[in-house]
Amino acid sequence: MRIAFFRTLLELAEQDKRIHLVVGDLGFGAVEPFAERYPDRFLNVGVAEQNMIGIATGLALSGKIVFVYSISNFPTLRCLEQIRNDICYHRASVKIVASGGGFVYGALGMSHHVTEDIAVMRALPEMVVVAPGDPSEVELATRAVASHSGPCYLRLGRTGEARVHQKNVSFQLGKATLVRSGKDVTLISTGALLETAFQVAEELEEQGVEVRVLSMHTLKPLDSEAVLVAARETQAIVTLEEHSLIGGLGSAVAEVLAESSEVQVSFKRLGIPSGFSSCVGDQEYLRAVHGLSKNGIMQSLRPILSLIER
Amino acid sequence: MRSFKQLSSLAKKIRTHVLKMTHRAKSAHVGTSLSMADLLAVLYGGILRVRPKEPDWPERDRFILSKGHGCAGLYAALAEVGFFPLSWLEEFYQNGSILAGHITHYVPGVEASTGSLGHGLSIACGMALAGRREGKSYRVFTLMSDGECDEGSVWEAALFVPHHKLDNLIAIVDYNKIQSLGTVKDVLDLDPFAAKWKAFGWAVREIDGHDYKAIEDALKNIPFESGKPSCVIAHTVKGKGVHFMENSLLWHYRSPNAEELECALKELEEAL
Repeated sequence: MRIAFFRTLLELAEQDKRIHLVVGDLGFGAVEPFAERYPDRFLNVGVAEQNMIGIATGLALSGKIVFVYSISNFPTLRCLEQIRNDICYHRASVKIVASGGGFVYGALGMSHHVTEDIAVMRALPEMVVVAPGDPSEVELATRAVASHSGPCYLRLGRTGEARVHQKNVSFQLGKATLVRSGKDVTLISTGALLETAFQVAEELEEQGVEVRVLSMHTLKPLDSEAVLVAARETQAIVTLEEHSLIGGLGSAVAEVLAESSEVQVSFKRLGIPSGFSSCVGDQEYLRAVHGLSKNGIMQSLRPILSLIER
Repeated sequence: MRSFKQLSSLAKKIRTHVLKMTHRAKSAHVGTSLSMADLLAVLYGGILRVRPKEPDWPERDRFILSKGHGCAGLYAALAEVGFFPLSWLEEFYQNGSILAGHITHYVPGVEASTGSLGHGLSIACGMALAGRREGKSYRVFTLMSDGECDEGSVWEAALFVPHHKLDNLIAIVDYNKIQSLGTVKDVLDLDPFAAKWKAFGWAVREIDGHDYKAIEDALKNIPFESGKPSCVIAHTVKGKGVHFMENSLLWHYRSPNAEELECALKELEEAL
C-alpha cells in the first residue's frame, strides 16, 4: 500500500504544483523520490508532530494541497488538537496519511498499535476518513483525497499487500466498492483485512453460502445506502476491521442499522475488543490472537451462519 | 503610518471597545486585551500591509493572534480600521454571534482561528514558508502570550523557523508577566526569556510594549537581521490603562460591572 501511495503521489505532484509533502522525520526508503524530485514542495519538520500539523495548515491556507505523512499514531493522536482546531475548523486541504494501520507494527508494542485512529478521526467535523482495502484502492483513494477540497485521513497498511481486485475497480469517496456478489451474507470490510474477507467468502462459497463482500474504504461519509441495501437483500451483515470495536466500521454500520425502521438483519461486529494487546507479535499473529485470521473469522461466523435460511 | 497621537487615539478606542464589549458580554480576558492594545494600534495603524475592504488580498501581510483569548482587542482593532462595521462589536459573545470569545476566522480580517494556546506560531510557519517558496513579499506576524510559551509546540516551531531562515516571520510576545493562576515567575518562569529565543536562532528585540515609538521602530525594521526570524518581546502591563485592572490576576477573569465600566472609561478619557 505504501508503494502505491507514494507512486501515485509522485504522479499527482507532477500534474499539480500545489501538492506538498510534509513528513515528521519518518518514511525512510519511501519519501526520497518525492524529496529529490520536488525539493521545494517537500518538508521534513523533524520529530515535531504538533508543529507539523500547524505548518501543514499554514501551507494549505496559502493555497497548497498538503499531504502529511508519518507512521503509526504519530500524525493523529499526538497532534489531535492541531488536527481539530487548525485543519478541520479552517477546512484546510490537508491529507493526513498514516502507515501502519492496525497491527502492522505489532512487534513494536502498544505505542505502535494503530487501533483507535478511525474512531477518533471519524468524530472530527469536516474530516473524511478513508482506509483502502488493497493497493489498487490506495491509488484511487490517493487521487480522490487529493481532489477533495477539505481535510482527509488516509489509513494505510504496510508494504506488500496483495491486490484483491482482479479487474479495474470503481472507486468513489463515500461509496462502498462491491468486491463480490452474494445473497446470503454480507461481509463489510475496511482497510487491509479486505484480502481476508475475500478468502472467507471464497471458503464459505464452497460450503454453499453466497457471500457479498463490500470494501467500505470510506468510513466517513459512510455509504449508508449500501448498508441498507445489504440489510434488505442479505440475511446477515458482518463487519470486519483491524481496529477497536468502539467507534470504527462496526459502530458506523450499527448506527445506520439501528436508526433504520425497515430492516431486520442479523448483525455482528468483528474487530479488536477494547483494551491493549497483552502480547506483541507480527501482524498475522496479532490478527489471529484477536480472531481476525481467516480461521478466526470463520469460527466467529458459525452462530450467525446457523441462522441463515438457504 | 499614523502619528503617535493618532496611534494613541486608536489604542484608546480599542481599549474603550474592549471594556464595553466585556462589560456587555460579562466575559473574561479584559486584562490581556488591554495589555496588547498599543501593539495592535501600531500594527493596524500602519505596519501591517492589509486592505480592509479586500480582506483576502493575496499580497497582504498575515497577522495571527495566537493568544486567541485576547480577541476582544483584535475585533475592536479590525472594526476600527474598517474590516467590518463597528456595530458588530455589540454582538461579541452573544447568542448566535460569529464573534466568538476566542478569535475566529469567520470574522473578516481574521487570518486564523485560535483559542488553544501554542497553535499560532506553527500556522505562521506554514504561511511564511509558502510565501518564501512562492517568492512573495508578504510578512507573517503572530502575537503570542507569555503563558502560551509554556506549551511545547511553541518551541517546536521556535526551532523550525530559524532553521529554515524564515526572516519573513515575526513573533511578538505580549509579556505582561501574569498568566492564569499567577505570575509567570511563580507558575513557570520564562527568564532569561530573550536569551532563550536568541539561543534558538532568532534576532530578538525587547521593547516597552506601550511605547509607540519603540514598537514602531522595531516593527518598521523587519527583519532585524537578514536570514533570521524576528522576535519582539514586548514588556507590557496586564490591564494597561485602567489603574484598578493593572497588574491584577483578577482581571484575567472578571468583567467590569456598570460602575467599574464608568470609572474605567472616565480614566481612559482623561488620559489623553
